[in-house]
Amino acid sequence: MTAEKIYIFKRFERFWHWTQAALIIFMMLTGFEIHGVYKLFGFGKAVSLHTIAAWSLITLWVFAIFWHFTTGEWKQYIPTLEKVDAMLKYYLTGIFTDAPHPFRLTTLKKHNPLQRLAYLGVKLLINPLIWASGLLYLYYGSWGDLGLSGLSLPWIAMIHTGAAFLMLIFFIVHVYLTTTGHTPLAHIKAMITGWEEPD
Amino acid sequence: MKKQHTHWHAATLFVGWLVSFGVIVISGTASAITNASTADHSKFKELQQTFKTGPDVTKACLKCHTEAAKQIQKTTHWTWEYRNPANGQLLGKKHLINNFCISEMSNEAFCNACHIGYGWKDDTFDFTKQENVDCLVCHDTTGVYKKAPGMAGHPAYKPIENPPGSGKFIQPVDLKKVAQGVGKTSRDTCGACHFYGGGGDGVKHGDLDSSLSAPDKKLDVHMDATGSDFACATCHMTTGHQVPGSRYAPTAMDKGGARMRGKADTRNPTTCVACHGNAPHPVKTAQLNNHGSLLNDHTSKLACQTCHIPSFARGGVPTKVSWDWSTSGKLTPEGKPFVKKDDKGHVIYDSRKGDFVLSENVVPGYTWFNGTVKYTLLTDKIEMIDGVIHINSFAGSPDDGKSMIWPVKVFRGSQPYDPVNQTLVVPHTTGSDDTAYWKNFNWEKAIATGMATAHAPFSGKIAFAKTVMYWPIAHMIAPKEEALSCQQCHSANGRLKDIKGVYMPGRDASKLLDMAGWTIALLALIGVLIHGSLRFINSNKKG
Repeated sequence: MTAEKIYIFKRFERFWHWTQAALIIFMMLTGFEIHGVYKLFGFGKAVSLHTIAAWSLITLWVFAIFWHFTTGEWKQYIPTLEKVDAMLKYYLTGIFTDAPHPFRLTTLKKHNPLQRLAYLGVKLLINPLIWASGLLYLYYGSWGDLGLSGLSLPWIAMIHTGAAFLMLIFFIVHVYLTTTGHTPLAHIKAMITGWEEPD
Repeated sequence: MKKQHTHWHAATLFVGWLVSFGVIVISGTASAITNASTADHSKFKELQQTFKTGPDVTKACLKCHTEAAKQIQKTTHWTWEYRNPANGQLLGKKHLINNFCISEMSNEAFCNACHIGYGWKDDTFDFTKQENVDCLVCHDTTGVYKKAPGMAGHPAYKPIENPPGSGKFIQPVDLKKVAQGVGKTSRDTCGACHFYGGGGDGVKHGDLDSSLSAPDKKLDVHMDATGSDFACATCHMTTGHQVPGSRYAPTAMDKGGARMRGKADTRNPTTCVACHGNAPHPVKTAQLNNHGSLLNDHTSKLACQTCHIPSFARGGVPTKVSWDWSTSGKLTPEGKPFVKKDDKGHVIYDSRKGDFVLSENVVPGYTWFNGTVKYTLLTDKIEMIDGVIHINSFAGSPDDGKSMIWPVKVFRGSQPYDPVNQTLVVPHTTGSDDTAYWKNFNWEKAIATGMATAHAPFSGKIAFAKTVMYWPIAHMIAPKEEALSCQQCHSANGRLKDIKGVYMPGRDASKLLDMAGWTIALLALIGVLIHGSLRFINSNKKG
């Protein structure tokens, strides 16, 4: 373990990440209530909060997309299959035997190949699915005016729910993998301070 | 101390003055409105006379209101007959059978106390005679005009003992006073019949009873006697005596938006939409939760009444929810009919009628409804659905583009039918002849007379069948704060749990997707927990 630290998460990125995390957790909480899984706020309140959180997240994402393109950070998510097998092998065996981490992060490559794939999946699959289905859900009453009267509400609802499950699964695995740094809290600390100590 | 006291005193006086001034202003405005008519009927020579009978009054009315009787004679209020254009059925009280008092046929003198005419006691009644129209029953403002059952629509002209031998007398009506006091129709005049349908206060409709005579805002936001104070005719906006908004052909869906005054519009003016439009919930631009527009999205599937009438019979008057004729006819050991009352004094058994179930604050049933109601008429063969005869059924489906989800009163009963001919039957219940059921308690005789009067075949055999009837609910609109909350429908066992054809979040979900989603999420959780445990054990081994 080296002592050298790298500044990899800039201030906006950290703000974006944690705000997004809070909003997504809150939207899962209210969303699954709307879905009828439990009763917490009450249906009406849950819908109201879910909708407000959705608009907040969309606003946040407008800024985030702008940031990604103006800073070139979008390149961090270009997928690669290089070392994916090594990463998988590491998580399946190496991690238990203290084998060296197969990936060394730099400011230009701050995500390991599995992260790249996973985050790209979130950005290009889960988010668009949730957003598109969610906005259509929200504007159900205007489908006729928008020329979308052929849509089916049960299908839109199913896509929205399905994408929410994908987000939940991502969330579980993502939270767990934050504990796989050289100490269990190392990655989380990095996400808060911006400074990562490479393994 | 004394000074302070004086201040308080002055303040109290001032507030008192304000309040009384306010009351005077308010009542001044109110009376100005009620007295807005340009005619004082007590000053009319035609009405300054002693009237012997109702028709005499009508003749006087017609001297000025030359077209009034002709207009009335075209209405369902007069003919008690309505041809449903949707399915050709001949409806109206003259023809229908229900599961309350069953039928008007052969009981005209009794039931037709609620006919807006004088003298309909049997089929010899002259529907063309103009003086047979009763102007007073709708236009009375004195509150003293009464038509008692048994007098074929006439008020009492001399003291009449009712019931005969009871020592109780119906006093004659001062026709001159009533005639000189005529005015616009009111909740009380319409209510004189429509509140008491089915044989008593609130019995039939459930959303119409005497509590609407002077309701508060909680009971009905529009009719609120100290607020908007709508008369029936405010919504049932009548021109030329043609009252719109009949339940025989209701407007189940109105996409036409709010009506504009002055603009020719042949639509039913009685609907909620006719004033409130199709997007009645205010949409504010800075409303991040999209609340108004989310509520408006419901208007494509839900009648306004569904959310805005959370329950009916809310004014303290119970409505009948079931009526079992099959238990009628029990007599005391002395052979006399009797009644049983519940602890609130409401009749729950009557030898003449059978057992009743009464209920207040009734939660409606809900159904898809496109405005077409099909009745089982006397000429129809009965059809049992799960052992129940549907006296009427509401047509509608989620896919016909004409239906909305409506609240209904579901009224159940048990009543006689002809098991040989497979038809409903008309019993002759009222009157003092020796076939009237309420006098003789003999179904065979009563039904033979009833069916003969109705010119319908009767096998002589009688059985009892369970029946059900549906009534649209459209009155007793609660203040918006008391409209249904979201989760009253958006939950697994909510009010609309049996409504098909709509996807409702909170009620509906794809079971397969849910199972897959939760299973994979759980497996992911178990997977990471095992992975974490193995890491923990390993690091401990080494540590």
